[in-house]
Amino acid sequence: MTKNNQLADHYFRSLNRNIILIIIIVSVIPLILVSSTIYYQFRVAYHEKVYDHLRELVNSHSQNIDHFLQEKLSDIRFLSDICGRGKLEDEPFLQERLAALQKDFGRDFVDLGVINADGVQIAYAGPFKLARADYSDAEWFRKAIQSEYFISDVFLGLRGLPHFIIAVRNSREDGHWILRATIDFVRFTTLVENIRLGQTGFAFILNNKEKLQTTPMTRPSIDMIAGKTIYAEFLAKPSVSPSEVRIAVKSDSSQQENIYVAAFLKYGDWLLVYQQRAADAFADLGKTFKITTVLMFAGLLGIIMMAFTLSRQIVKRVTKADEEKQMMSKKVVEAGKLASVGELAAGIAHEINNPVAIMVEEAGWMGDLLEEEEFHESENLAEFVRAIEQIQTQGKRCKEITHKLLSFARQTDTTVQDIHIKELLEELVALSTQRAKYSMVEIQTDFPDDLPFLKESVSELQQVFFNLINNALDAMENDGGTLTISSRRKENYIIIKVSDTGKGIPEVNLGRIFDPFFTTKPVGKGTGLGLSICYGIIDKMGGKLEVESTVGTGTTFLVSIPIKENSDGLQIEM
Amino acid sequence: MTPPLVMLVDDEAPFVETMAKRLGKRDLNVILAFSGQEALEILDNQRNVDVVILDVKMPGMDGIETLKNMKSAYPLIEVVMLTAHATVESAIEGMRFGAFDYLMKPCDMEQLMGKVNEATRKKRDHEEKIREAHVKEILAKRGF
Repeated sequence: MTKNNQLADHYFRSLNRNIILIIIIVSVIPLILVSSTIYYQFRVAYHEKVYDHLRELVNSHSQNIDHFLQEKLSDIRFLSDICGRGKLEDEPFLQERLAALQKDFGRDFVDLGVINADGVQIAYAGPFKLARADYSDAEWFRKAIQSEYFISDVFLGLRGLPHFIIAVRNSREDGHWILRATIDFVRFTTLVENIRLGQTGFAFILNNKEKLQTTPMTRPSIDMIAGKTIYAEFLAKPSVSPSEVRIAVKSDSSQQENIYVAAFLKYGDWLLVYQQRAADAFADLGKTFKITTVLMFAGLLGIIMMAFTLSRQIVKRVTKADEEKQMMSKKVVEAGKLASVGELAAGIAHEINNPVAIMVEEAGWMGDLLEEEEFHESENLAEFVRAIEQIQTQGKRCKEITHKLLSFARQTDTTVQDIHIKELLEELVALSTQRAKYSMVEIQTDFPDDLPFLKESVSELQQVFFNLINNALDAMENDGGTLTISSRRKENYIIIKVSDTGKGIPEVNLGRIFDPFFTTKPVGKGTGLGLSICYGIIDKMGGKLEVESTVGTGTTFLVSIPIKENSDGLQIEM
Repeated sequence: MTPPLVMLVDDEAPFVETMAKRLGKRDLNVILAFSGQEALEILDNQRNVDVVILDVKMPGMDGIETLKNMKSAYPLIEVVMLTAHATVESAIEGMRFGAFDYLMKPCDMEQLMGKVNEATRKKRDHEEKIREAHVKEILAKRGF
């Protein structure tokens, strides 16, 4: 038995484990697959979107800046061509032109200067005192004098402030001369500074020697050196088309990924670089990742919890069903045993009946003989008569016992007959009188004569009432009491009431007493089938079997049996 | 009235024998038979048997079978079925096939005597009526 239990225990544990595993595997794998696929696709698309956005941003700004420079160059060129050296050498005129330019373009132009072929500034208009300044050694002058127009890198120059120069060479009148304009560095820088995204996105311009052309002053903390190799890489490959934008992602010294977006400006001289922490650029993605992760873990947790609860419940039910099955099969075996005991009893009763009949007959014969004259003188005549009577009495008792045994072990006969309920009940009460006497139970009956006949099977009804009466007697076995059986007619039903004054049925059991195999009797004493069979029989007849019980007061069973149509009229005639 | 001639049919020999003695002591003429077959054979020679006391449960030809044969051959003979409780239904069935009544084993002697006398009276009344009918018929033929 213990081995069996261990086996069952082991089985249920492995069942539990398997259910949990299956639930987890079946739910978790799709969850992870779906989540990661969606996240991955979203990530790719989002990256694409961010890159596109940055590319567009940088591209438009680089065009903007190019346009800005182009515009300034055209202005100066126009000025140089229209006015000519003679007019421009006149400083008040130059002042006037500067004022006009500043009026048109705000403070973009800082100053204007006319420089002769020797690098000497022959006229100057602007806030600095740079008249007659000699630029012959300045790098920008050397380059500017060799080409028609020139835009310099940012440098400090004579004034000691960062600025850059737009210079236009003109050679129409007596040799080369140059008209140059200084662009306000601060204003130029704002063009780039305006490119700002997120927390860490900023832009700047590098020349082809990786020198900053604008001040990324808003973010002095950004590690510029980390980008060095990237800038060098960008610069190493000259742009094919002016609108080409390059993107690179690289970790900086603090192990944080940065996105670098670059576009060439000024015919490849300058590089507009936009730089942003990847984490910042993809902040929304990061948030999504966090939410997805949290949701996924919540889902996982839910699945695991559900797996455990569900499997526990399933195993609990299976265990219960298993127990019930075992109990049931035990009881079925018991019931089967009981049935065969019943058959055996019937066989024995039948076999004993004949010898008993013979014995009673012989005793009767002896009684007959004792009436003869010759025995009348015998002194023991009275004793003989008494002994023979005793034999006959006991024989009759045997007969009663065997008849009862036979009557209840017999197979149920379902032949429908006309039944007078009074007779049937009186017969059963008579059978129970002896037992009631032993249990000190008083039986009270109330059977009116005028009840209509029932068209049912005698043996089935006998079985029902015999069961109910026996149960009532069982309930009062130890303390005695009163068993009341009454019958009456109510509408189209005959209602038979069997009440005892026994210990009553607790409420918890009340709902289960008609369940097959439900019994409160010790093992082997009751099959738990009695009431359920009764219920089945009465139900089949179209009637009702009801119970009312109060613990300590007693129990009442109400049997309602329908009176079949047309039975009334027929019975009265008979 | 001449004492009834009773035939006892039962396979339990001791029971039949004792019963025969007791019935004999009560001024009945008793014939014994130990099976249905034997009973039918005896009846072939003993036409004036009044009442047959027939056990329902017998090996070979059982009570009901014997009853059917008996009633078809000798409709006037009255039969009282004798039964153990378990076979009450077959006893009732027997009454449907023309048995006079039934009794349960072991039976009370006074009850049995009562039934036997009743059955004999019925049978003899019946015979009387048939005789009278015969007489009437003969008289009618003779033109009285």
